Amino acid sequence: MSMAAVSEAEIAGGVRRKVATIRRVAIEAYETFTYWAVLEDPIVRRAYRFEPGQINMLGLFGVGEIPVSVSSDPARPLILGHTIRACGRVTNAFKDLKRGDEITIRGPFGRPWPIAQARGGDLLIVAGGLGMAPLRSAVYTAIRHRGSFRRLIVLVGARGPEHILYPYEMDMWANWLRSRGIELLLTVDIADDSWPYDEGVVTTLFPKAHIDPRVTTVFTCGPEIMMRFAIRDLLARGVPERRIWLSMERNMQCGVKLCGHCQLGPKFVCADGPVFRYDEIGPLMEVSEL
Amino acid sequence: MRYLDRRGFAGLLALLVERGHELIGPTVRDGAIVLDRIDGVAELPRGVREIQGPGSYRLERTDDDRLFAWAHGPDSGKSFLFPSREVVLNTSRANGNLTVEPPALPSTKYAFVGLRSCDLHAIEVQDRVFMIADPAYRARRESAVFIGLNCEFPGKTCFCSSMGTGPRCSFGYDLALTELDDGFTIEAGTPLGEELLTALASREATMDEDRASLAVTERAVADMGRTVDISDMPNLLYRNREHPRWDDVAARCLACTNCTMVCPTCFCHDVVDSISITGTESTRTREWASCFSEEFSHMAAGEVRHSVRSRYRQWLTHKFASWIDQFGTSGCVGCGRCITWCPVGIDVTQEINAIRATDGEVRLAEAVTA
Repeated sequence: MSMAAVSEAEIAGGVRRKVATIRRVAIEAYETFTYWAVLEDPIVRRAYRFEPGQINMLGLFGVGEIPVSVSSDPARPLILGHTIRACGRVTNAFKDLKRGDEITIRGPFGRPWPIAQARGGDLLIVAGGLGMAPLRSAVYTAIRHRGSFRRLIVLVGARGPEHILYPYEMDMWANWLRSRGIELLLTVDIADDSWPYDEGVVTTLFPKAHIDPRVTTVFTCGPEIMMRFAIRDLLARGVPERRIWLSMERNMQCGVKLCGHCQLGPKFVCADGPVFRYDEIGPLMEVSEL
Repeated sequence: MRYLDRRGFAGLLALLVERGHELIGPTVRDGAIVLDRIDGVAELPRGVREIQGPGSYRLERTDDDRLFAWAHGPDSGKSFLFPSREVVLNTSRANGNLTVEPPALPSTKYAFVGLRSCDLHAIEVQDRVFMIADPAYRARRESAVFIGLNCEFPGKTCFCSSMGTGPRCSFGYDLALTELDDGFTIEAGTPLGEELLTALASREATMDEDRASLAVTERAVADMGRTVDISDMPNLLYRNREHPRWDDVAARCLACTNCTMVCPTCFCHDVVDSISITGTESTRTREWASCFSEEFSHMAAGEVRHSVRSRYRQWLTHKFASWIDQFGTSGCVGCGRCITWCPVGIDVTQEINAIRATDGEVRLAEAVTA
C-alpha cells in the first residue's frame, strides 16, 4: 500500500477530509451521474494519486458519506470522476449538486486492479451494469499501456440500453478505438430497436470473444450473481482461478478496517479488497448471507 | 509482592486524583455494578456480591467490608476508551464553502480502578483495532492508568480461564491488586506502577499474604462458571457455516444487540451525520453499531444478512474465528457478559460446544430460517 494510504489511515477517525468542488455533473445512464470534482487545496490536489479500482469516501454536507470508486483516468488525478446511481438517501441527495458546490473526499482506499498481472497476455474485462464504473479506470490505464498486453477485450452487459454506462465512450471504444486494438462487445438483457449490439446476459459474449485461457487475465465487476455466473463460465473455459480478479461491494463506512460493516468472512472488503483474486474469496462467495 | 492496607488503598486513589487523573471505578447504580466517574473509596460497591446466570444479574448485600467481592457488571473499559457516541468531525458551510474541523483531541486522563483481567485483555484486543487509526482513542489510551484487580468471585457465566485471559492479571495493568480480608497485595506491572507504588505506604508482603493472594485466583479458577474448548479455531467455525445449530440459535435469538453492547471488544460502529436547524453546521458522530441489526449490512442492492441465523453466525464466527485472522487474537476474552445480559440467556459456550459435538453436520436445504 502506498504512503498516501498509510497517512490516510492515521486520520480515519473522521478528521482531515479534503474539500472538493464540483465542476460538472454528467448524465451517464438511467438515474446515474458522474460528478467531476477538483480538490480545493492546490497542494492536496497536486499530491493526490489513485490507482484504478480504488475507492473514495464522498461526503455530502449534513447528509452522509458513501464509498464510491473513482471512475476517471488515474493518469489525470487533478480532476476526479465518481459515478453514482441515485438509489438511496445519500445518493439521491447527490442529485441536487451543481457546479460550484462542495463535497468532502476521503481516500483513496483499498486494493486496486492489478494491471501489471496481465502484462504479456490478454486482459479481459467483464462488466455488468454499474460494474463498469470501477472498471473504467482500469480500461483507461490499460489503453495507456496498450503495448504491454496482447489483446484487450472489454465485455459489457446491462439490463437494457438505458442502463449502459458511458454510452458515448462505448461507441467511441467500439468504433474509433478498434484501430487501437480494443475489442469491445456490448450486450443488454432486453434490447430495443435502436440497439445495434447483442442481446443476452454478459456470459453470452464469451464465445464471441474467443478467450484464450492460457494467457488471459480477467477483471470483473457487477452484481454478485452476475460475477458468479461469469466466473463459473470462465473457469469452465479453463481460465485459472488465480487469474480472475473481481471487485466486491459491501457497506463501508470508514475505509480502514475500523467500522466493521464490510466484513466478508475474515476479509474487510474496504481494505483487503475491494479487488480480490477469485481463489481468495470464491468459497466465501458461495456461502449465502455471509 | 507488596502489601497495602485499606487506608493505603484510599491513598492510592487520592494520589491518582492528585496526579490529574479522573477516577473511573465500579459503583452500584440501578441494581447493577456500573463503571463511572468516582471521587474515592466511598462510592465503591462495599459489601455487595453478584449473582449472575444466563439472562440474569442480581446484587445481594453481604455483611463484610469487601469492595471487590464480585466479577463485573455490564460496563467495561470500552465505554470510556471507545465511547458509545463520539463526534468525529464538525463541518460548517458558509456561502457554499465547506470548512472541516476535527474535534480537539481528548485531554482527560483516566485512571481505571478495579478492572478485571478479562477487561484488561479486552483493551489490548481493541488496541489492535483503534490504536493506529484513531487518534482520539490513542490519546485516551496512552494517558490512562490501569489499576487491575485479581478476581476472586467469578460469575456463573465467566470463562476467562478457558480463553487464557484471567482470572489473575497477567498484563495491561500498571498496578494489580488482590483484595484480602483487611488489605491488598499489590504488584506493579509497569515503570509507572513502580513509581506509584513507591509513593504509597506499602510494605513487603509476608509469605502468608503472598500465599493468600495466589489462593484467591486459584479459587477463582476452580469456581469459574463455564468452560469452552477453543481448540481448532478458527477452522471449526469456518467449516461449520451451514451447521443446523445456527438455525436452532436463531429461533431463540431476539437480535436485540445486547450481547454486542456489553461485549468489551465489539468495535463495529456507524458514522452518522446530523445538521443544525440553521443548515450551517453539520456534525459527524460515531455510534456503536451491532451486526445483529438488519441495516448493519445494508447496501444499495439490499441487506446482505437478512436472517437472524446469518447475523448470529457472523457475530460468533467473527468473535471466535475470523478475529484471529484479522487481528492475531481471539475477539473473546471470556467475560461472559453476552450470556448474562442476553434476555433469553443464549450461551456462547454452549453454542460452540454444540457445534463441536456435531462437527460437520449440514442443515437440510429446506430448513426454514428466522
